[in-house]
Amino acid sequence: MKRVRLISRLDIKGENLIKGIHLEGLRVIGSPSEYALKYYNQGADELIFMDTVASLYGRNHLGNIIKSVSEEIFIPMTVGGGIRSVENAIEILRLGADKVAVNTAAVMRPNLISEISNALGSQALVVSIEAKKISTDKWEIYTDNGRESTGIDLVDWLTEVESLGAGEILLTSVDNEGTRKGFDLELIKTASNTISIPIIASGGMGKYKDLQDAVNEAGADAIAMADILHFNRMTFASIREQSINSKIVIRKYCE
Amino acid sequence: MNNKIVIIDYGIGNILSVKQGFQKIGANVIVSSNIKIIETATHIVLPGVGAYENAMNALNQLKLTDVVIKIANKGVPLLGICLGMQMLLDESHEFGITKGLGLIPGRVENFPLSILENEPIKVPQINWHELVPNQSNNNWQNSILSNQKQSDSVYFVHSFVANPSHEKHKLAEYMCGGNRITAVIEKDNVMGCQFHPEKSGTTGLNILKNFTSL
Repeated sequence: MKRVRLISRLDIKGENLIKGIHLEGLRVIGSPSEYALKYYNQGADELIFMDTVASLYGRNHLGNIIKSVSEEIFIPMTVGGGIRSVENAIEILRLGADKVAVNTAAVMRPNLISEISNALGSQALVVSIEAKKISTDKWEIYTDNGRESTGIDLVDWLTEVESLGAGEILLTSVDNEGTRKGFDLELIKTASNTISIPIIASGGMGKYKDLQDAVNEAGADAIAMADILHFNRMTFASIREQSINSKIVIRKYCE
Repeated sequence: MNNKIVIIDYGIGNILSVKQGFQKIGANVIVSSNIKIIETATHIVLPGVGAYENAMNALNQLKLTDVVIKIANKGVPLLGICLGMQMLLDESHEFGITKGLGLIPGRVENFPLSILENEPIKVPQINWHELVPNQSNNNWQNSILSNQKQSDSVYFVHSFVANPSHEKHKLAEYMCGGNRITAVIEKDNVMGCQFHPEKSGTTGLNILKNFTSL
């Protein structure tokens, strides 16, 4: 039986929690700290904070948010967006985050992965991968929050980031993100057949069954959820209850 | 009570979260690498993440290795967290052999292979797991696990496993791929948890609180 982590993903632009479709067309949801606290109190296993415009502006702006929530939130927090050096990563961890997520800067300079992994340990490094389907069983890597194509093949990139020392992979389907039509199961399956480090599936959860399929059929180790939580279509309590009923092993959470 | 919790700062790991965890439960906590301050502590916390050798080198460079051993031998409660817990043992076989603090006999080794066909072990092992008592040492009273419900989960992230030489020094374990993995070790006033209490929600904060009551 598979043990799975239930993660809330918070995409942030400026001071706002936002939600898009295919990582674009952003809609303002509210205050990131308020939502982070809400999900912590609901029993989220982890939180992921992504600065969606950081690569565009060349730096991560989530420092203040992380610093303030880390006084109240005692579960693992990952911060991504605009991290281009070991120094950037250390700065983020000093504010109370446990892991950094890298994408754009790592694609431009893959050694960033080994540098961060060697300096801070692989457990502190999530490699975020934005994948877009280009044919039946081929995906291309995107950067800059789904804005830029790279010509890099998914399987090649997965193999490379694992060997460079990534601790886990946040795998987002650009095609399914924000659509509520379910995860790209073939994408997750391909990734879990390629690498042996944990995979966080992200993008497209519309209903509980989608989670179940991502875990049982595709082999996801963790599920990142945004839309489904932000718009109150499900809560962590209801997701937990259904997970237990469908025999997916999750954290035993007692309020 | 005039507790003074000192978190040893040797430049490794997310120390802020550990500090904030203690602050949240109202403990008097400071972060320091100053030997004089460390020597006045009523409780010592040794945090740590990353590579064993890096961490031991950092501790050695700050001349803190002997200080920690000396204080532990005086009977001051010492809590190692994650890599800090592994450092309490004699040595690590992570990449070559690195000497540890030697406060609890044992060594750090690779994850065992899964003995369950449908449950491969992924490394790093990043998961919430329930704590289970060790078969030969299952008395959690007056330990960091006192009043702990066995059904509560805590957050683990690690790539190597602590294997104390004696079963009696294992206080709790968790099940992974059919194997028992060491979760909490304890020998008199020296104890360590493989998981992160500062990242394990209310359950973890209770464990920190238990430590301050020792």
